[in-house]
Order: sequence, then C-alpha cells, then structure tokens
Amino acid sequence: MTAQEVRLCGLLLQEHFGEVVEKVGTHLLRIGPLSLRAIAHETSTPLDLVKKSLCVLLQHSLCSFEGTQKGPRGVVEYRASCERILRMLRYPRYIYTAKTLYGDTGELIVEEVLQRGHMTMSHAVQTVADRLTHNMEEGSSMEYSEVVSAFSRLVETHLLQRCPSVTEGPLPVASSGGPAASATVPTLSECQTERFNLPPITLKGRGKRRLSNEDNEAEQARGKRARLDDANTKTSGDEGIYWQVNFERFHQYFRDQAIIGAVASKLDQTSSEIVRTMLRMSEVTTTPTAAYTQPLSVNEIFRALPPSYSISRPVLEQYLTLLVDDPMEFVSKTGDSGGGMYAVYVHKVLTSLARATLESVVQERFGSRSARIFRLLLRKRHLEQKQVEDFAMIPAKEAKEMLYMLLSENLVQLQEIPKTPDHAPSRTFYLYTVNPLSTARMLLQHCYKTVANLIVRRLNETKENKRLLEKSQRIEAILASLQASGAEAAQLTEVEEMITAPERQQLEALRHHVNKLDSSENQVDETIFLLESHISSTMASR
Amino acid sequence: MGFKPATICIQTERLNLLSHTVTSAVCRQTVLFLSSAVRMAGRGRGRGRGQLTFNIEAVGIGKGENLPPSTLQPTPLFPPMEHKPVPLQTGEEAEYMLALKQELRGAMKNLPFYIRPAAPKKDVERYSDKYQSTEPTDNTIEWDPVTLHRPSSFVTGFPPPHHVYFLGQTLEKKEEELSSDEEEREKKQEEEEQEGEEEYDEEEFEEETDYIMSYFDNGEEFGGDSDDNMDEATY
Repeated sequence: MTAQEVRLCGLLLQEHFGEVVEKVGTHLLRIGPLSLRAIAHETSTPLDLVKKSLCVLLQHSLCSFEGTQKGPRGVVEYRASCERILRMLRYPRYIYTAKTLYGDTGELIVEEVLQRGHMTMSHAVQTVADRLTHNMEEGSSMEYSEVVSAFSRLVETHLLQRCPSVTEGPLPVASSGGPAASATVPTLSECQTERFNLPPITLKGRGKRRLSNEDNEAEQARGKRARLDDANTKTSGDEGIYWQVNFERFHQYFRDQAIIGAVASKLDQTSSEIVRTMLRMSEVTTTPTAAYTQPLSVNEIFRALPPSYSISRPVLEQYLTLLVDDPMEFVSKTGDSGGGMYAVYVHKVLTSLARATLESVVQERFGSRSARIFRLLLRKRHLEQKQVEDFAMIPAKEAKEMLYMLLSENLVQLQEIPKTPDHAPSRTFYLYTVNPLSTARMLLQHCYKTVANLIVRRLNETKENKRLLEKSQRIEAILASLQASGAEAAQLTEVEEMITAPERQQLEALRHHVNKLDSSENQVDETIFLLESHISSTMASR
Repeated sequence: MGFKPATICIQTERLNLLSHTVTSAVCRQTVLFLSSAVRMAGRGRGRGRGQLTFNIEAVGIGKGENLPPSTLQPTPLFPPMEHKPVPLQTGEEAEYMLALKQELRGAMKNLPFYIRPAAPKKDVERYSDKYQSTEPTDNTIEWDPVTLHRPSSFVTGFPPPHHVYFLGQTLEKKEEELSSDEEEREKKQEEEEQEGEEEYDEEEFEEETDYIMSYFDNGEEFGGDSDDNMDEATY
C-alpha cells in the first residue's frame, strides 16, 4: 500500500460513500487490521458511525473480518483491501462491457449489483424490471422472466458469482479458560462448486411502473397496504443467497480484448479472429494468471471458427504458422498431435503491451529521439554511453542530454561494472539499462497519482462554482414543476431568464471541464489495467 | 529530483560522472550538488580545492568550458511543458462511459450507503428550528443493516417528487397573486426586470418565514401615493 494508493482509495471512498467511511477506510488501510474499538478510538468517530461504515465496507466487499486470538476473549479484526477499492474506478467499464455483451438488461443488472454490493437474485430482478418498465412507453412493462434469463446468462458466463455464505462457528476460546460460548464470529465459506449455481426461485410478474405524483396519493396508500400484504406472503425462495460481480472474469475479458486488438493492429483481421476463437475456447479452462492458454489442436480451431470466416484448412494452418513466426510471439506451437497444437502466449503479449505503453509514455514526454534511445535500451539491455550514441545515430552531446534526462526521471538505470577492485571511476564500465518491471511499477504509481490529482481538481472546480450550480439546480426544479402543472410559455421564459448569459457560459465551461476530467480518469484507468495485468502476470510466472 | 544531500558522500563518484557533462537547464541542480560535493570533498581532504579523483576531461568537460549557472530557487510549480499531451479519446464509447460514471456518482449519493456525518450543532437553538425541515437525519438515527439489502424507500436518480410539487403549488399561487397586482400598477422596462428578481427573492423568502408575502406592501405604492399629495403634512 503506497502513499499514492492510499490517497486515491481515500478519494474514491469519499466520492462514493461520504467522509465518515473515508476516514475509517483510510485509517484501516494505513494501519492494517484493527478491532472495532481501536478504530473508534483512533479516528475519534462515534462507535455507531464506525459500525455503519464497517457495514457499508463489508457490504461492498471492500473490507474483510476475522476473529483473532488477541485479548482475553478474542477480538474481531477488520482489514481493508486496497486493491478492491481501486477497482471502483473501473465500474463504468464493467457496466459498458455488460451492455455490449448482454444488452440493456445485462447492463442494468450489473449496474444494480455494483451499486448495492451484494444482492439477492429476486431483488435484482425486481429492481431492474422496474427500471426498464419506467423507460418503456406507456402501457407496456417488462416481464420478470426476461430479466431472469439475462441474469442466468450472466451467471453462466461467470460474470456474476455467489458471495461466500455464512457458516456459524464458535470463536476459538483463549487458553485462559473464558466462558465457552461467549462470542460467535460468523465465518464465511466459499463453496467452489456452488459459486455459479442459480437458485430455484419462483418469481412471476412484471415490472411496476413508478406512478406519477399528481394523481395517485390515494392509490399509493391502497397500493402500500396491498404491497405489505404481498411482501409477507411472497418469498421468492432465495433468501440468504447473495450475488456479486466477478471482477476476475471481467478482467480476463478485457485482457482478451487487448490481445485481439494487438493482433489485429499488427497483422490482420483474420488472424485476430483466429486468436479470438482460440481465446474463447479456452475461456473457462484458463486461470487468470496463466502464462499460456490450454493447447488447442488445429482440428478443434477449425471446427470452432465462426461460419462467417470460411477459410480452408491449409489457409488456417498458414495463418497459424505466421502467428507463431511473428517476433511478438502471440501464439506458440506446443506439439504436433492433432495437426499441431497451438497455445496463445498470454504472458508475452501482456509484456509487449506494457512495453508499448512505456515507450509511448517516453515518446510523449521526451520526444521521439529519447524514445528511440529507450527502445534501444529495452532491446539491447546493457549499453555503454558510446554504444548508445552509435546505435541510435544521435550526436554525442544530445544523446548525453537525453540519457541524463531519462536517468533523472528514473526511467533508465546505471549499472557499474568495475574493472579493478578499488572501483576507480576511470577504470569502471558504466552501462545504461532499463528494468521493465520496476519501470512499469513506477509508472503505475504515477497513474494512481494522476487519477488522484484529477479527482481533486474536479472536486475543487465543483466547489468553486457551488453557488452557481445550486442556483441552476433550483431553476431547473422550478421549471420542471411549472411544466408539470402546465404553465404558459411566457412564465417559462421568465424563469429561464433568471440565469444570465455570462452565468450560462460559466456553467457551460464548468460542465466541459468536469467532463474532460472524468473522461481522463476513465482513460488513465485503461493504462492502469494494462500495467497491473503485466505486473501480476510477471509475478505469477516467477 | 531524488539526489538528497545526505547521500552525496556515498554517491560522489556517480554524481561527478553525471553532472559535469550536462549542459541543459534541467540538470542545473546536479551541478549545484556537484559544486557542493566538490567543496565537501575538498574540505574532507584538506588538500587543494576542487580536486576530483578522476580526470575531468575524460568525462567530457573541457578546460574552462561554461557550466550552466546553479539555481537559486526551487523549480516552478507548473513548469512550461515542451511536449503537449495527446488529446483524449472521443467517440461513442468514451462518451457513454463518461455518462455512466457521472450517473453512478449521482446515484451513490442517494443510496443508504452514503453516510453523512452528524449535522453540526448551531450556536443557539432557534424557535423556528422546530418548523424548518432539516436534512434527512435518518442516516444517524434509525439505521438497520437489513435496510441495506432492501432499500426500497430510496429511489435512484429521481428528485423526490412531492417536494417539487409542493414548491410548484406555492409558486403558482404566489405568481397569480403577484401578476394581478402588476396589472394595476404602471411599469417601466427596468422595473419589470427588477420585479422578476424581487419575485424570485420573495419566493425564496416565502419558504423560510411564516408571513404571507402578499399582505406586505413593498413601499412603491406608498411612495406613489405620497407624491400626489405633497401639501399634506406627513407624520
């Protein structure tokens, strides 16, 4: 947990859950596992607020708990998870992916589950059906069964998973012989076989349209009584089974998309389709951190190709040979049975993508000649000053300047190789080198810092224009109510004129800035994803 | 830049290697450290000033060559950038994700997961506090983890309809009364605009006091009347 990560986590918690949760969360991140009383004491927050914040954090799986042996009767310690909090930055991307894969219904399901953290299937289905019904035209409403089928599809592709369920167990009693059943700490057990099993639920009905306010106070009262009765009699059979979004699966999907995009831009569309087929076939058999996918034979690939790409068998084999021979090593041949066994070399592709990111960062910040030097050092590993000048074909003075600039930014390191035991500088080799892994880590920290700065800047902009924003919100509320009660156009224009033209311009500029900052956050998150995947893949393969 | 004075002794040789050959403005700081390192080295050895352990010409600085002047102040907070950043991606996907992000942020504020700190106490309790509607404090008073799973009372992304309806009602009533008053008086163009603003202020005012504004004469009629009868004594 670096300082930048903690700062970014604090800002994300504040935006989504408020200041109290932010205080508790950042304290847990900085100090480590703590008990309830310690948190309340150290953050000087009232105990009930701390309890609520912990409930919220646990609901969203941002924090975990475990019973420990410390203290006379054992105590429960809470631990916040930095990595999981940083995922909150990626929520819009998850929702958008669900939309592209499963349409509006899937999108709304994922959005609701992300907002609530843990949700039962029936509750999710009802909420989504209501929301969809509200957006449809008058008179039609959304069937629950359609939403249920979308939910099932999400679970089948493992995008949603069950939350670990509670198994009651007694807290291990300390050796001082305290009372036996004094406290029971629930332990959460995750049953791997049941993670993606849909419960049988009985849920029939349609989405309810939210009734408009003007005609329905009496109906609402009647409806409320009826609904209370319904709620008592209708239990949909899946109480206690909660679902959450499976981020690992989404990340695997993003990774596959990145690989396919890389192949498409380096080679051509058909090769990317072949790689897409291979990845799709090994979706469920590959663990997220595997270096290679499962080997697939040419026969299998040929059968699984989409019918729109009708290429013949020899052509497919030629494409595969091309992919294997490419210096990027997208695909590697692992055997000859079944006409040739091929596997996608995931680790290598991620490394290449991360390197491309590093190179483009250097290019954008220091110019293309510095980027040339950087790429040279990436390929040739260790080079002396003179060799750098020769290989890069850049005059000595400028090459020196650029190298020292890169060195001062810590993108390039210096390695000393002494010729004599006394390390005399005139008799030592000084070699320049690039360490991709540590450079990637450094850039990742820079990305976190960038996003934190963007958020702070956005909050600052909104705070400066708070008065204006409130005024415009009030005017909109007045306008909406006037329109709803059927006012004349003259009154509407009069109310609209309450905002003067320069104020309108200021509002427009503010909106433009806030959009730009938000959009930048989304795009920096894509870089964060690439770098994080590369680092985790490298660490897993060691 | 990362070179701390404390580590100069350890990394003297490396610094000497680096800083002498640089002539660009960026590495002025290393030159500053170099000169201090040289002085420190001289002080430590006590024998002659500015002598280094290696041949300075081998590194690339000729005799009497201009070294850039050392900096006397910290680097500016927002230094001018030589390379402008690449513009952001635009397109349907980027805009849709932007809209999603903003909606998510707005929706999270209305869910029960958003915990507000207890409202700060005002200095003195006012009588009107009883009649004013404060912010919903159910966050701190009755709160049950079960409601987290079924927050049916919270409607995402919608302003509470009855508030707006109520405001609209009072506004309409006030506007009708005010417009009937307006027809009786003569108006110039500027006064009309002022009226608009006054109307707005009155409506704001109306939310917070118990007095009905239409009963209050705001003085213009009074001034108009007195202009006609200047000979009467005013008390």
